[in-house]
Amino acid sequence: MKASLHAILYLLAAPLIGGLLAGWDRRISARMQSRPGPPVLQPFYDVLKLLRKENVVVRRSQNFYILFFLLFVMFTGALFFAGADLLLVVFALTAAAIFLVLGAYKASSPYSSVGAQRELIQMMAYEPMVLLTAIGMYMVTKSFQVQDIAAHPTLLVLALPGVFLGFLYALEIKFRKSPFDLSSSHHAHQELVRGITTEFSGRALAMIEIAHWYETVFLLGWVYLFFASIPVLALAACLLVFLLVILTDNVFARLKWQMALRSAWVVAIVLGFGNVLVLSLLPPP
Amino acid sequence: MSSFSKSPWVIHYDASSCNGCDIEVLACLTPGFDVERLGVINTGNPKHADIFLVTGAVNEQCREVIRNIYDQMPHPKVVVAVGACASSGGIFADCYNVAGGVDSVIPVDVYVPGCAARPEAIIDAVVQAVAILERKRKEMDAETVSKEVA
Amino acid sequence: MVPFIPDFTMNLVLALILFPLLAGLLLLVVQSDFARRVVVGLAVAVVAVLSVWLAATAANLDLSRLPADAHRIGQVLFGVELLLSAFLLWVGIRSRNAWVLLLIVSQAGLMIWFELRGAAHVEVNRHLAVDQLSVIMALINGLVGGAICLYALGYMREYHETAHRETRDRRPLFFALLFVFMSAMFGLIFANNLVWLFLCWEITTICSFLLIGYTQTDEAKRNALRALVMNLAGGLAFAGAIVFLQAKAGTIEMDRLIASGQAVALVPAALLCFAGITKSAQLPFSSWLLGAMVAPTPVSALLHSSTMVKAGVYLALRMAPVVAGTVIGMSVALVGGVTFVIASLAAITVRDAKRVLAWSTVANLGLVILCAGIGTAEAVWAGVLLIIFHAVAKCLLFLSVGVIEHKIHSRDIEDMSGLVVTMPRLAIMMQIGIAGMFLAPFGMLMSKWAVLKAVVDASPVLSVFIVFGSAATLFFWVKWMGKLLEVIQPGEPVRQELLPGQAVALYSLATATALACVLFPLISSTCIEPYTLAVFGKTASLGTGNNLIMVSMMALVVLFPVAFIRYGRGVRVADAYLGGANADDSAHFRTTADSIATVAMGNYYLNNLFDESSLSRWGVAAATTVLAAMLLLLFL
Repeated sequence: MKASLHAILYLLAAPLIGGLLAGWDRRISARMQSRPGPPVLQPFYDVLKLLRKENVVVRRSQNFYILFFLLFVMFTGALFFAGADLLLVVFALTAAAIFLVLGAYKASSPYSSVGAQRELIQMMAYEPMVLLTAIGMYMVTKSFQVQDIAAHPTLLVLALPGVFLGFLYALEIKFRKSPFDLSSSHHAHQELVRGITTEFSGRALAMIEIAHWYETVFLLGWVYLFFASIPVLALAACLLVFLLVILTDNVFARLKWQMALRSAWVVAIVLGFGNVLVLSLLPPP
Repeated sequence: MSSFSKSPWVIHYDASSCNGCDIEVLACLTPGFDVERLGVINTGNPKHADIFLVTGAVNEQCREVIRNIYDQMPHPKVVVAVGACASSGGIFADCYNVAGGVDSVIPVDVYVPGCAARPEAIIDAVVQAVAILERKRKEMDAETVSKEVA
Repeated sequence: MVPFIPDFTMNLVLALILFPLLAGLLLLVVQSDFARRVVVGLAVAVVAVLSVWLAATAANLDLSRLPADAHRIGQVLFGVELLLSAFLLWVGIRSRNAWVLLLIVSQAGLMIWFELRGAAHVEVNRHLAVDQLSVIMALINGLVGGAICLYALGYMREYHETAHRETRDRRPLFFALLFVFMSAMFGLIFANNLVWLFLCWEITTICSFLLIGYTQTDEAKRNALRALVMNLAGGLAFAGAIVFLQAKAGTIEMDRLIASGQAVALVPAALLCFAGITKSAQLPFSSWLLGAMVAPTPVSALLHSSTMVKAGVYLALRMAPVVAGTVIGMSVALVGGVTFVIASLAAITVRDAKRVLAWSTVANLGLVILCAGIGTAEAVWAGVLLIIFHAVAKCLLFLSVGVIEHKIHSRDIEDMSGLVVTMPRLAIMMQIGIAGMFLAPFGMLMSKWAVLKAVVDASPVLSVFIVFGSAATLFFWVKWMGKLLEVIQPGEPVRQELLPGQAVALYSLATATALACVLFPLISSTCIEPYTLAVFGKTASLGTGNNLIMVSMMALVVLFPVAFIRYGRGVRVADAYLGGANADDSAHFRTTADSIATVAMGNYYLNNLFDESSLSRWGVAAATTVLAAMLLLLFL
């Protein structure tokens, strides 16, 4: 009962929180570039406008994939906040991302096709670290269930420092922020036009935006788990991580995909697997 | 307040401009003017854009490109001709390879005078374009209603 | 165990072994295409009915009585074995292949020595045995194998009449081999007497050798020989296991081997695992399966999904309780893990559709071997799941690729662009098959999930293979899916996409792929859980809550086609963005000097990051080291 309540709460509140976060992101970024920046509610204005635009497509079925991308992202987050199995959550998230990639493939334009494949490379880059994070949490808490992990009495980050840092790295990729904004970027004019979203307009583009909001809240929820035993600290950590992501976005230039993939896998092996290895040799009490 | 007025996304195309107007368009985006305050984003992609900013006169090379970009923009859409050349062909109007202003290829909604056009003028044009966007959206709604009635 | 011995089930089992054999022999003499269609159709139907019947009646049966004198059967089988050895000897001499000669002489020598010395003294209680695992394998072999045979009818006609006229038409032999193969596989599944199992093992090796070399081109001959050598190496290990077991424990029965504890059984179990690793084409032996693609597609499908490689993992899973928790088990798991990662990465780098499928088979079998090496109840449960889902989905994919190859005259994935328009049915089948291979909530992903859980519980360090391997898996499947969906320029739909036999096979396999996911809890509770319960005394399951989540996810996926009701509504079709340079459509653009160029989109193969040959070199080196260490440990 409580679980479904949480899930429903997520489905209702996440777009609001995620949209506001996106607004702050743009505003803080602007301040870092010594501009005033848009109003905090700007992401909502954008989406409301997109909903009133015409749907232009290259292939008639391309938008269906986006609809299911959104549905699966919502499903993923709902599962997470309902306290379900963390591995299942990861798999649902992967399924969601695959719908986005297939939609971009379906659109059959050079830019969206390259964007789709770069998105795939990014998925390949972060997936091991994300799974290792779930495994690390399991090794400490002896459960894959999010509700059990959240209820664990100790501070997970103490046992999982490497996994936490690795997860932050994966988070940068997942948020498609610089230096990993390979597949699509929020910044104007890049070599890929708009990468994976190039051929989507109107309602489909709005759905992609909303899906990002859902994703943001879900991913920050995962950051929360590392500190779940002290809620105040956990919220502060989420905020700090969010600011860190914005900072790196503004500080770094885009990496090549080779570098992105290689570095992400090295991080996953050194920090993620290293931590798991230590845990398996010195099991936590 | 309509949703269009809060989030006008532009695509900027340099037809055969001397780059004078282009620099001014980009100046609008820099911290000095920061049109993102008004929700303006330079998308670089017709599929995402509401407003088509064209600089420079139209020659034989770019006629098709302008047409393509315009066709690929979702409705409602507004075209802004930035600067004297885009508006009428400017000093190049009589060149052998120049067709004229942007309106020789696609319908233009707002003309921005100047050589080069000043950023303030460009921003003002965007603000006017936003109003036209809203009007066009209403016309679209009316059309669908009349279609349904018919 | 049930003390009561129903002779009926025994007859069913014997029928399953003998019927395909007879059908195969009959097909050898059938020359007309029509008669062949009738015989194959009937045989497939009978085998399907029999295997379903067996599944319905048999639950953990103890089959200890044979209708005929077992000793005499043993003698006949020994005779067959000698004949086969003579045949291989001849092959070795004719091809001047020292390896074949060496292996067959030592292997036959071992077996003859064993037969002359030991076999007479060994008392065998149960020559055949049926439990849930064999029932599952029998269903896969009977149903999936049957579908392949049906498909082969139309395929081979096209193959000889249009696609490959240069190849000599030896269809009677081809179909005979398919059925003998099936029969041997049934024998392998039901045998409890290791000598019998070994004979069936050798028959599958020889059948695959003949089938891979079917076209008789130089390449085919070479690859067939390679397959033969590698599988004979496994066969030698198998023979060694039998001799060792008999000398040490005085038995040649599998159930006694498993029950006799690690002190006695570890060495033979390790040797059998080695045999399993060769047969299921794990690194360092995977090259034979990749080379096997020169054969006509039904052969690839057969080798990859229902028979041959599945025999390897079947044997390894059987040995799981013995090797669990030992260094041997760990080495086996390592070989599987390394294979999974390397093969998944290698699949990214290749664009030949069948090669991608082959690497993916190697990878997935690596997972099963990993499970077998870990050997806990959870792991074995996951491994059996993998076998089931992989068989169905992989078969579907191979058969689809076979048809596509005949239609577009290419196996290059890049040439499959726009297939969703030109061959919509096949494209949808492929989508289902690929989704079945890796996407949540389809079967393979569920199994992978189970594997991950089992591995994390048993030894978390090994999970590193799974997390990296599955990331790579994702990449090569999705880019293929995307290629099928992408339409640069709509082509004309192909007329008559599927022949009737092909349609039956593909549609039923596609349905099975989807159904297997929905019926998954049922399959688990009726077949796999009783097996792990019987062997390990405990079992694993997904849990009701997770099943519910899976079902809701499945429901969401099923809704996807429903969205197509709104196909083309509420949208305006515009050209793709080509920097504004479109020349009239999405497929052409204006470029230098006003010339028109065509849009081309290629997939990423990451070849500047790693390539197939260096990957397999590293993989072979790593796996060889592990295996060598394992064998060294064994004999010290």
